[in-house]
This record gives sequence, C-alpha cells and structure tokens, in this order.
Amino acid sequence: MAELLEVRNLRVSYGHGNKANEVLKGVSLSIRPRETLGLVGESGSGKTTLGRALLGLAHPSGGTIAFEGRDVGNLTFRERRQLAKALQVVFQDPYSSLDPSMCVRDILTEPLVAQGMRKREATGHVRGLLDRVGMPSDALDRFPREFSGGQRQRVAIARALALGPKLIVCDEPVSALDLSTQRKVLDLFVELQERTGVAYLFISHDLAVIRHVSHRVAVMNQGEIVESGPATQVTDHPQHPYTQRLWAAHLVADPTEQSIRRQTRLALQAARA
Amino acid sequence: MTVVVATGPVEDAPRVVRRSLRRLLLRNPLTVASLVVLTVFAAVAIAQPWIQPYPAAHVDLSRTDARPFTSHYILGGDQYGRDILSRLIASTRGAAEVAVILAAVSFFVGVTAGLVAGYAGKLTDTISNWIFAALMATPGVVVLIALYSLLGTSTAVAMAVFGILVSPNLFWMVRSLTRSIRDEPYVDAARVAGLSSVRIIGRHVLTAIRGPIILMTASLAGSGLAIQAGLAFLGLGDSTKPSWGGMLTDAFGNIYLARVQLIWPATAIGLVVGAFSLLSIGLRDVLEGTYVKPSKRARRSQVKVVVGPHAIDDPQSARHFVPNPSVAALNITPGTASLLTINNLRIAYASGTGFSTVVRDVSLRVEDGEIVGIVGESGSGKTQTVLAALGLLVDEAIVASGSIRFRGTELLGLTEKARLPFRGRHIAYVPQEPTANLDPSFKIGSQLVYGIRAQSELRGRDARELARSTLDRVGIRDPDRVLNLYPHQISGGMAQRVLIAGAVACDPQLLIADEPTTALDVTIQADVLDLLRSLQKEMGMGMLVVTHNFGVVADICDRVIVMQAGSIVEEGTVQDVFSSPQHAYTQLLLSSVLDDAEPRAELPVEA
Repeated sequence: MAELLEVRNLRVSYGHGNKANEVLKGVSLSIRPRETLGLVGESGSGKTTLGRALLGLAHPSGGTIAFEGRDVGNLTFRERRQLAKALQVVFQDPYSSLDPSMCVRDILTEPLVAQGMRKREATGHVRGLLDRVGMPSDALDRFPREFSGGQRQRVAIARALALGPKLIVCDEPVSALDLSTQRKVLDLFVELQERTGVAYLFISHDLAVIRHVSHRVAVMNQGEIVESGPATQVTDHPQHPYTQRLWAAHLVADPTEQSIRRQTRLALQAARA
Repeated sequence: MTVVVATGPVEDAPRVVRRSLRRLLLRNPLTVASLVVLTVFAAVAIAQPWIQPYPAAHVDLSRTDARPFTSHYILGGDQYGRDILSRLIASTRGAAEVAVILAAVSFFVGVTAGLVAGYAGKLTDTISNWIFAALMATPGVVVLIALYSLLGTSTAVAMAVFGILVSPNLFWMVRSLTRSIRDEPYVDAARVAGLSSVRIIGRHVLTAIRGPIILMTASLAGSGLAIQAGLAFLGLGDSTKPSWGGMLTDAFGNIYLARVQLIWPATAIGLVVGAFSLLSIGLRDVLEGTYVKPSKRARRSQVKVVVGPHAIDDPQSARHFVPNPSVAALNITPGTASLLTINNLRIAYASGTGFSTVVRDVSLRVEDGEIVGIVGESGSGKTQTVLAALGLLVDEAIVASGSIRFRGTELLGLTEKARLPFRGRHIAYVPQEPTANLDPSFKIGSQLVYGIRAQSELRGRDARELARSTLDRVGIRDPDRVLNLYPHQISGGMAQRVLIAGAVACDPQLLIADEPTTALDVTIQADVLDLLRSLQKEMGMGMLVVTHNFGVVADICDRVIVMQAGSIVEEGTVQDVFSSPQHAYTQLLLSSVLDDAEPRAELPVEA
C-alpha cells in the first residue's frame, strides 16, 4: 500500500443527542510518504478538527483513519504512545504551544524521554535538532519568552521532528508570523521534508501559503472536502464554485493584478445572485 | 463604543531579562517584612524547647502580675504567677502545628481533587463538584465546636478536619485553572508526544498554577490560625496547653488589673496572621504583575525632561511647537489645512532603567478623499501611531515630541474633554477584533444609538432611525432584526459591518481602520474591503488603514507608508511602491510575498 495515511468517510461531532453538531461530515483523503497535502478552508470549515482527529485529540463518531494500513481512529493510551513516534504536530500559535515555564532543552527532550530515552542521550540528540531548524545551540538553556515568534515556531518544529515522525500535522503554522518570517519558516518546512522525507498535512486558510508548500491541495467547506487534486490544477483551475469564490477573494500584493481579480470576483458574485 | 487598546511597547525580539520569582518578591518591602516575621515564627516554634526560659506551667506567686522588664519574667507574669514570655513561646509550637496541619490537609485534598477534576472527564468532574459543594455548605466553625466536644481536646484532629472543610477554596481554584491549562496547545503537544496524564499534570499543569496554589494555601493557613485562636479564646481546645487564644482569655479576665498583658498574645496573633495575608498579597502582585514600582511616575517625568525642548506638557507649548526642518524633505508644511497631519511624532515607553522609543519621528499626511495605508510588521509602530492620532494610547505611553493636527488644529495635549468632538464625530475608528469590540451585555441597537447620541444632537427615535439606516447602508439585509441582537448572535463579518456602521453613522471626515480585516475569513475580508471602498467614495472621507497585508494595500489604498521599527522607511503611491520599491526593507517585504510562487509539482508515483 502506497498511502501513508488514509482517511475514509470520517465524521466528528461535538455534543450529544439533539444538540450534536457534526463538524466533519464524511471526509476522505489520503497522504503518501514525502508528500504535502494542503488543506485549505475558512473558519468553521472543520479543517482544524480533522487535524485533531488524526492526532487523537478529537474522537471520530464514524469512518476510519488508517496510518500505514493500521486503523488508528480509536486507540488505547499505550497504542497512541507508540504512534507518537510516527505522527506529530506543529500548532498555529508559537506563543502558547511552548510551555512558558520550561527551557528549550526540556521542551525538546520531553518527547524523547517520554519514549524511554535517557535524558543525557536525549540532550545530545536535541543539539542536532536545533541545528537542523537553524537555531543556535546556546538556545538550549533559554526560555520560550526570550525568542521571537519565528524562532519559537522553529523550536516547535524541532520538537515535532524529535521523534523522527513520518507525518506532521501542521495547523496554521505560519499564520501568526510576520511576512518575512513566514517565508523563511515555510522554506524550512520544505527543506526538512526534502531532507527527512516526512509528509505534511498542512492546514491553512491562506491560499498563497498552501500553494507554496503543497504537492496536492484539498479544499474544505462546512465539514466536507469540496475539491481536491494536484496543487497546480486546484489553485490555477479551480472547478468547484466554492473554490472559485475562495480563490477570487484572495488578495494579491499587486495593485493592477488585484483590480483585475476584484472585477472577476464581483462578476462571480453577480452571477451567483 | 468600547475600544481595546494595544497594550505596552511592541518589540522586535523579546529581550526579556530573566527575573526569578524570588527576586521579584524581595523587591516588595511588605513581602520581605512578612517573610521575616514568618521565619522568626517558624524558628521559635522549632527551637521552643531550648529557648523557653521557664516551663509553661512554672508558677512563682511572688511574680503574680509582675510588670514587664522588671524581673526575670521579661514580659512580666500573669495572674497565676506564670512567665508570659515562656507561655508565648510555648504557644508558638501549637500555632505552628495548626498552620502546618491545616495547610497540609487542605493542600493535599483540595489540590489533588482539583487537578483530577479539572483534567479528567465530565463524570469525575461532576461528582467531585457535588462533594466539594457539600463541604463548602458545611458551617466550619460549628462543626469544629461540635468536634471539640466529641473528640475532647485534640487540636490536631480538629485542625485536620477543618483543613478538609476549607479545602473547597483550593479545589475550585485549582480545578478552574487546570481546565484552562488543559486546553493550551502545549498540553495538546505533550499529549501528541505520548506523555501520560500524570506526567502532563505534574510537569505542565502544576508548574503553571503553582503560584496561585501557594498563595491560597498561605492565606488558608493564616485564617486557620485566626480561627483556632478565636476558638481557644472561647475556651475550646486543650486548656492544659498554653495557646495564644487561651492567653488572650486569661489577660481579658485580668484586664482591670494588668492591661498590658493583653498586648503580648494579641501582637503575636496579629503579626503572624497579618504576615500570612501580606505574603499572599505580595505573591499575587508578583504573579499577576500588578505590583507597580513606586518610582514609575518619577521615571515618567524624567523622560519628559530627557527629550527636552519638544516635550509636550501643556496645550500651549503644543500649539507653538515648531517642526524639525528635516521634515521639509517629506513635503509637509505645517499650516496647510490637510485633513490629518502628523509631524515628527515620537512615542516612548519606560522600560527597565531607561525608555524605549516605539515610534521615531514619524511624519505623514492624509488628504480628503484619499486612502492611505500604513504597512509594517509587528513592532513597526504602525498601530501606536494611529492610536496616538485617536488619543487612545495607554497611560504608560509617553508622547515625547511631535504634533498631530486635524484640519490644522493641534490634537496633542488636548484634554479628554476638548478631544471629544474630534474623536468619534470627525475621526472615526474601526478596530481589528470585531467581536471583542462590541460589549457582550448590550444589544447592537443600543450600542449604536449610544455612539450616535455621543456624536450628534440626535436623540430617541431619530438616533435609532439613523442606526437602522446606517446598518442598511453597510449592507446588512435585515437591520431591524440585527438591532435587537446581542453581539454573540452575529458572525465576525457582520460584527465588523456593525462597527463600520457605528464609525460612519455621523459622517466622519477621517476614518482610521486598524487591521480592519485581519480577523476575518478571506471571502468576508474581500466584502468588507468592498464596503470600505464604496463608503469612502460615497462620503468622500479620508482613510488611514493600518495593515500587515500587502494584499489589502494593493486592493484599497491610494498611497502607502512602509514602517519598520518605529520609523517610516518609504512612502509613495501604491503603483510606485509596488512596481519599484526603493528601500531595501520594502523590497525584502515584497519579495517575501508568496503570490508569485509556483506551486510544487505532484510527487511522482513511487516505483
């Protein structure tokens, strides 16, 4: 089987009985090794819930999640711990995703120690990690608050890489960063992928970001995937009306081009009305 | 309209000085004093058998009611001829035991249960809530009195039971703190990394909430001491052992013969109980950052002196402010009645020993009917600049120099009252976080009418009619229904339309928008920009748009100002700046835009 991750008909609901709110309404997708699947959608589309379901932070009410051919939808704690080596996460907010009371050394060794590595051995391992994400090794004894947003996100990426995972769920990892930092961190993601062969599920609301990192793109709207395919095809020739509207609303940093896009968008809107 | 003001100076790279909790605590003299008192208290309690001059029950009838400092009984003798100092020291041991037992029991019960209930699922949480609610409802002092009569005189058992009775205080605090930490991304990350729940609680949750726990345990110990002294004063507890409360009773009975005897036990109780509460207050101030150094005001006035002749201390000097000649390079001549003219604005914040400048000699101009964008990354000072124009800077901000004129009238240095006609009526404001800027406890209609009443002469039905028609104007289809909704009932996009309606209702001449679309979804962002553009055309007002997004600038602005680290690095028409950026920083920013990137090709199917 070539697929690393295979999600079939996944459903997730919050709440019970009549008040149940179905956030994912039967989502299917797959990711191959070394591949980036970009998941784009607006707020409330369910893209974050999908990521959380893969990570075991949200419980599916239906459907299957197969990782390397094995069903991982409802694991016991012990099994989930095994899976931690292969499946990791980078969150959006670099400020709250690192424990403010721990120094970088403790943040990075924690997953290794949890998986049974000795602390000293883990520290040696961690130095290499910092180097890989472009951080100086004197960062080890410093605290998250001493770093800028971009540097914190690098630490979070190093933590995700620590266990040598096969898939990293990246939930809006650059949307809290400044423009110039954003590009550097995205390039780091791409470079690390080429070096380690890790696959990404890259969740973002930003079309430009998604285009920049993804091999394939899936578009989510109200709990369903409305369109998916190779990045070039989906971003340049969107088929689904929602995707077309989303693309047309995307702003570009070029006044001339942007005024053309605006006309296109208004035309689309008029056609819909 | 309520306004959330960006707080504090924004810095590029946080250069935080590592300050330990201990050092911060020691900066507050009251905390130091209470720590000293508690240390003495603990030392005396431990060393009691060795330092006590006489046994507590030693009687020397010749020294009955002896006055202090007149005999070997240093603090005098009581009515039975016993040494007051010895009895005071002997009581210290008992008091310390009370504090320790009470703190330990309530800590153990409250914290453990709070952590479990806060972290575990709903069922555990509900059951523990019932138990602790029942405990909370039990009248503690009554139970204690009953216990004394049942169990006899054992203070230790009574205090342990009392510890359980006060543990709900700790339980609820720990539970709610744990719940908030449980949803932090770093806890999720730890779970994904395969950490067990026990480890996550011990490592991440407990470290994050240890401060408040210590605080509350200290104050519980203090109040436990006070209650125990009160009970002993009432004659409950072991009458054979000396205690501060019991000594107080003895002295009270003797008040007509030797008043001075009251002072010693009362002082001991007051000092120790007071030290416990002062310590917890000091700790809270440090943890919540509410402790204001007394020198802050002093330093603030120093800064004004430092910046010298440009300091704006009163409206008079502000009006006569002469701009720096170097501004001429930007073609800004004071006196021409531009809509908004900012000259040489400099804003600083006190930091550490000196002060940090967040806006550095910024000069800009907005004319009628033009849309000017200020673009920059975080820490560039763009928001501080417009907040200064609105007069909404936080109190800590120091406008060190400069001038902000609206149609030639100097705004800096105006009193709040003199500023009112400008802010709102002439200069309107659209903030970044739409939902956070609407008051959740009032209906949309009343919030809009409130603003309209403040900005115009309209009252009652007229004001409401204007609110309705403005909502209609900003593209809300069903204005009558929306007027009667609460902010949580509408979407973010609609909330931003409501705020825009509030801003434009009274036909302002200048609209300042701070990241007006950043919190919105892509499709809604486009709609809101369309709305701003059409309103601007219709009303001919000037607009100043702060954004980090070059797409927003390209879409809506006529002119753009690029800011970096508090200074303007480039200014020009949108066409010019985008097609041929002059400054290296602008070039860097524009090259970081990802629009032009080719998407990655699909991975080849593996062989």
